[in-house]
Amino acid sequence: MSGLSIENISMRFDLPNGGSVQALKDVTLNIQPGELMSVLGPSGCGKTTLLNIAAGFLAPTEGRIAMNGHTVTGPDAERGMVFQQGALFEWMSVRENVAFGPRMKGEKEAQYAANVDHLLDVVGLQDFKEKAIYELSGGMQQRVALARCLANDPDVILMDEPLGALDALTREKMQSLVLKLWKETGKTIILITHSVEEALLLGERLLVMAPRPGRIHKEYRLPFADLGVGQDLREVKKHPDYSKTREEILAMIWDMEEEIMGRTEESA
Amino acid sequence: MIILLIYVAIFVGAFFAVKYVAASTTPKDYTSLKTVTFGDESAVRPSRAASIISVVSIFLLWAAFTGSSLIPSFLHAPGAFTGTGEFTYTVEAGGETDDATVTVNVHDKDADGTVPDVALGDGFAKNDSTSIVKYRSKLLRVDQNDEQGRDSGAQIVAVNGQAITPGGEVMTDFARVAMTPKGTLNIVPKTGWQMEPIWLPPPEDVAKRVSDIATDGFRNFTLLEHLGFSLFRVVVGFFFGALIGIPLGYAMGLSNWFRGWFDPIVEFMRPVPPLALIPLVIIWAGIGETGKIILLFLAALWIMAIAARSGVSGVNITKVHAAYSLGASKWQIMRHVIIPNSLPEIFTGARVAMGVCWGTVVAAELVAAEKGAGMMIMVASKFQNTDIVLMGIILIGVIGFSIDVLMRWAERILVPWKGKS
Repeated sequence: MSGLSIENISMRFDLPNGGSVQALKDVTLNIQPGELMSVLGPSGCGKTTLLNIAAGFLAPTEGRIAMNGHTVTGPDAERGMVFQQGALFEWMSVRENVAFGPRMKGEKEAQYAANVDHLLDVVGLQDFKEKAIYELSGGMQQRVALARCLANDPDVILMDEPLGALDALTREKMQSLVLKLWKETGKTIILITHSVEEALLLGERLLVMAPRPGRIHKEYRLPFADLGVGQDLREVKKHPDYSKTREEILAMIWDMEEEIMGRTEESA
Repeated sequence: MIILLIYVAIFVGAFFAVKYVAASTTPKDYTSLKTVTFGDESAVRPSRAASIISVVSIFLLWAAFTGSSLIPSFLHAPGAFTGTGEFTYTVEAGGETDDATVTVNVHDKDADGTVPDVALGDGFAKNDSTSIVKYRSKLLRVDQNDEQGRDSGAQIVAVNGQAITPGGEVMTDFARVAMTPKGTLNIVPKTGWQMEPIWLPPPEDVAKRVSDIATDGFRNFTLLEHLGFSLFRVVVGFFFGALIGIPLGYAMGLSNWFRGWFDPIVEFMRPVPPLALIPLVIIWAGIGETGKIILLFLAALWIMAIAARSGVSGVNITKVHAAYSLGASKWQIMRHVIIPNSLPEIFTGARVAMGVCWGTVVAAELVAAEKGAGMMIMVASKFQNTDIVLMGIILIGVIGFSIDVLMRWAERILVPWKGKS
């Protein structure tokens, strides 16, 4: 079976004070190759935990993750990761950062040079390739992170709120870039976000998770990601279904948040 | 006290002078437009003029109060009295009084110290003369050559016409004349405001010492050898401290077992001042090179271990995760992520360690050594060679400062990403 399959994942761990937390409960998912899936949910719903399990940084207490049929036991180059910020290496230039994966595989400069330069072109950083990371703006840094992940040619790209730290304008440009890269490379992408708009625009599939315990609440299949490729994203937002779906999901998340607040008030 | 007052006066005076002059020359940059500067750290820039005046005024005060030949003599503080001075004393014997004059030649230590020739004069009190070295005093039994001396009941009742009793004193124009309980006059020529060279030699004497010791050496070793040995000990001790300390710190940052095992040792040894280890190191390893290097090794070891440990702990977990998901092995993570990420911390630690080592080596040499900067000033102080002590302190300061500048320069070149993440 190809793609990434998440089979009956549960995650429970003990706290120092004697209690325990059920972070995830019985999550099952199948992501086909080439799919773009966004994951949305209120804080504490376990979406980052789920991504960390998929990346192999955390072990689930029950269930298993399978990648192209084999069980995932740890991080691997087949599952690339893009973080919100702080994951780039300040001691390397932009180009060295992008070439990190190939270099770790033992590839020689001649083997990876063309691909790295091509990717720098794609993300529009050809002129900045010799710059230090700390000389770039936040948006440029995230473009480096995307290029670095792609240079390694992973089967799946896991994105943990990659645009969360950017300002609204840069964010919109980066959303277009993500869509463009998805279409051009045909990679499987799982993207975690706090923003409902971003989840709608960048999700062929949209997963809404619910908290306590973290579980899948509802799944959507949406047309906006396909519409958005090579398009002005503001045009996509004019689509009649867009605002309808957005309101529906917002209401859903508001309900969850209120339920959490009610519960904490009861216990307090 | 007077020096402090002059110093404060220069401080305040220069402030207003510079403020007045600089008002027209300040660059019109962004900071100059800030209205809130009190509390805005970035708006506080060291005034270059103040730095220059500060250094110059220290040298000026030093030169002025030591009578240095480097500055014109009108800038000198009043010096000790030299030359010939006179005062009269009045003796009373059997109801009669008589005056006599005392002539004093106050002279430099190396200058001519002849006792002035004076006529005895008439009356039963005879004139006296004596010579006193500058800054010294002299007890003079002026009645010794008188016809009616202390033994026959004569008594000195006045100096320069002012009454004096045993235990009292009279100020004359060149000296303080005091009378001991037994009736002897103690002549203390005025010492002025200048410092005696054995307390504070003038700058040119210190400079001359540098060249003297640089060519002739001090205690069988030249100046360069003394300083070189101190530096050598620091470098070797620091090198071994870093050689063991950095891997130890890494191990503590990466392994539960190492952290648990060495935490109590490191946390206990870190607050022990290296100076407290000197006696033990001398007992164990003697006062030779081995002992010094062991001491400096111990001084650097804990600092470097803690720096490396916090360098590893400070690595952002997302960097490590990112490297793993880019396919890096444990060794590659170590080589390409953890080590470079910890370098800024290690450099900070190295700067601290070098400073501590430099202080420790001087202290260790003060206690016992055959050569070294600390030994040089310690031995010199025992012989009141204040100029060598001052020279040593200045050179120790210059070297310590140079080490720090060198480390900061190396840091800028080698870890330009420091503080940028």
